[in-house]
Amino acid sequence: MSTQQQYEGPLPGHQAPPAPPAAPAPHGPQGGWPGQQNAGHQAPAAGGYTSPIPMARTHLGHALVSEWTKIRSVRSTMWTLGVMFALVVGIGLLTAVGLSGDSYTGMPLLSGGLFGLMLGQICVITLGVLVITSEYGTGMIRTTLTACPRRGRVLLAKAVVFFVLAFVMTTLACSLTALVHSTMLSGQEAPAGASGMPGTWEDGTLVASGGEWFGATVGAGLYVALLGLLSLAIGALLRHSAGAITLMLGVVLLPLVMALFMAGEALATVREKLIEFSPLNGLASLYRIPMAEDQDATGWPLLGGLACVTLVFLVLAYTLLNKRDV
Amino acid sequence: MIEAYGLTKRYGAKTAVYNLSFQVRPGTVTGFLGPNGSGKSTTMRMILGLDTPTSGQVTIGGHRFRGLPNAPRQVGALLDAKAVHGGRTARNHLLSLAQLSGIPARRVDEVLGVVGLQDVAKKRSGGFSLGMGQRLGIAAALLGDPQVLLFDEPVNGLDPEGILWVRNLMKRLASEGRTVFVSSHLMSEMAQTAEHLIVIGRGQLMADMSVSEFIARNSVGFARVRTPDTEPEQREKLATAVHEAGGQAQPEEDGALRVTGLALPQISDLAHHAGLRLWELSPHQASLEEAYMRLTQGSVDYRSTVDARAGLQQQPAPVPAQMPPGAPAQMPAPGQMPAPPAPGQAAPGAPGGWAPPQDAQHQGFGPAPQGPPPPTPPASQPASPHARHEGEDAR
Repeated sequence: MSTQQQYEGPLPGHQAPPAPPAAPAPHGPQGGWPGQQNAGHQAPAAGGYTSPIPMARTHLGHALVSEWTKIRSVRSTMWTLGVMFALVVGIGLLTAVGLSGDSYTGMPLLSGGLFGLMLGQICVITLGVLVITSEYGTGMIRTTLTACPRRGRVLLAKAVVFFVLAFVMTTLACSLTALVHSTMLSGQEAPAGASGMPGTWEDGTLVASGGEWFGATVGAGLYVALLGLLSLAIGALLRHSAGAITLMLGVVLLPLVMALFMAGEALATVREKLIEFSPLNGLASLYRIPMAEDQDATGWPLLGGLACVTLVFLVLAYTLLNKRDV
Repeated sequence: MIEAYGLTKRYGAKTAVYNLSFQVRPGTVTGFLGPNGSGKSTTMRMILGLDTPTSGQVTIGGHRFRGLPNAPRQVGALLDAKAVHGGRTARNHLLSLAQLSGIPARRVDEVLGVVGLQDVAKKRSGGFSLGMGQRLGIAAALLGDPQVLLFDEPVNGLDPEGILWVRNLMKRLASEGRTVFVSSHLMSEMAQTAEHLIVIGRGQLMADMSVSEFIARNSVGFARVRTPDTEPEQREKLATAVHEAGGQAQPEEDGALRVTGLALPQISDLAHHAGLRLWELSPHQASLEEAYMRLTQGSVDYRSTVDARAGLQQQPAPVPAQMPPGAPAQMPAPGQMPAPPAPGQAAPGAPGGWAPPQDAQHQGFGPAPQGPPPPTPPASQPASPHARHEGEDAR
């Protein structure tokens, strides 16, 4: 707080008011501030000022470009996506190395990519939350919403930019992992009675079907990006980084952990439902190693369910964002 | 042009702003004055559509802020110098805001030059000083070349050169025909920048007038004149003479007269012609700061108490008879909080209740002075703004 100019004793002179609001020199700042440029708006209008620069009507495109600038200009994006990439590809590579050999590993060809992605998705969740809560945490949200009073547009732009970025990066990481796995693990011989074993068989060796490829790349990328989008919606609702990240980790991990401790017949249905609708089961099903009873699950129905839940929370966030004080 | 009608904002039980109506006209710098927590920032946020008023409305150029088609091109605002993501560079921060309203990137470099931040444009704003943060916020406000500008405490943290720069910038922006609305809690700062003043206290309008009018009403110079105490009729004669000469004379508590509207030599001449003796004839000046404090003193939310530092002092050992049986005799170590509350810290200025601090220095600003307050030597002002709690404005 500057106190230099605060109080200089009684103002001098009986009649003279301090600093009479005389007409200030319009373009001559006495301070001589270095780099002071008078941007050339000379026209002092009588009834008010009108900028000589033509004014464009803003639309979603402006907000999208702005959000892209924002997301690429903070370190948390680099870090979360970098760590996600390293985890998915690194753990995928280690898994492939560990499983490599001619003998059947007991799993579909591409399913090893799941382990890295289970950790990697946490990074995407974190980024999804941070995209919105970092604005609340720093107060930037007030600047943003002053610059764009259409709050829904800001939320939509954030959601689109984040979703596309998360989807592309996750799909890229998953595809790379899938390629590594199909290269290093192909050629596994079918054991006796291979028809009932998990995986797709062709001429006695383990291969990956088109559906498996699609699920392990685009499907997994879509699933994780949707989880990130849900995190963004939760972040917009809670407006607090730690709270939203914790909640999302709970949503992802708790159903499975709780199911682990539900022994006994009485809780069997609850346990099965918890496992079936656990977000991790959805991801595992896309890799064709579902945790629930139904071994033929592809994960796509669960992905659709996740998309619906995400949409509901986005609409909720949109409504509250428009209603609440910032 | 900013127009507010019956603006009211309540946060639960607390009323931050109550029934505020004012107009901010283009072409002048309008100062928005009030103590901390008086509702300045809340009002600013309501103007900018960040907070929704409980009742009443505020428009900019006839439109609600949230209905403006391209807000940054019409309204620029500096609300909080730290309302910036610290991990982003100054240039990227401004670039993202520019893109939001379709402003080309070269305008970003332009405003960076205007506020003098071109050398640190590629630095993360998290490492900026408060003054640099203010400059960045001002740059963001100027980005759209808007006709309405709002600045919430823009000189906070600026050095004297920066303060002068901001002052000239405001005046220049206003002289171009823009509406400039600047909040501050420093009367002295506003007196040098603004032409019009809107003063609020406890969320209510206290004054809405030009600076010169404010000065004329609140900060008149006066002369203290004392006639001999032994002859009260002389005082009456002098008062009559002053009135006839066109001045005003008000009796003071100690029997002196406070004369306004006449210069000292004129008073002396009047007394001489009337055959009156004078025991005292002295010039006095009530400062603008003093006038402002007198206006808002009932509405200051945060007051400091005297720091007796008793919380750090060792208490005398408790008398054993007063101790519960079995309790070990203990001496609070320095730094530990002793059980009885420290006398000087007992009542930290409960909002609403204005309890004068037990400070012997405090004088002149007692509650609700009837008539003119005694002149106060400016050197001993206990309630100067920087002595107050520097907390955030109450939201």
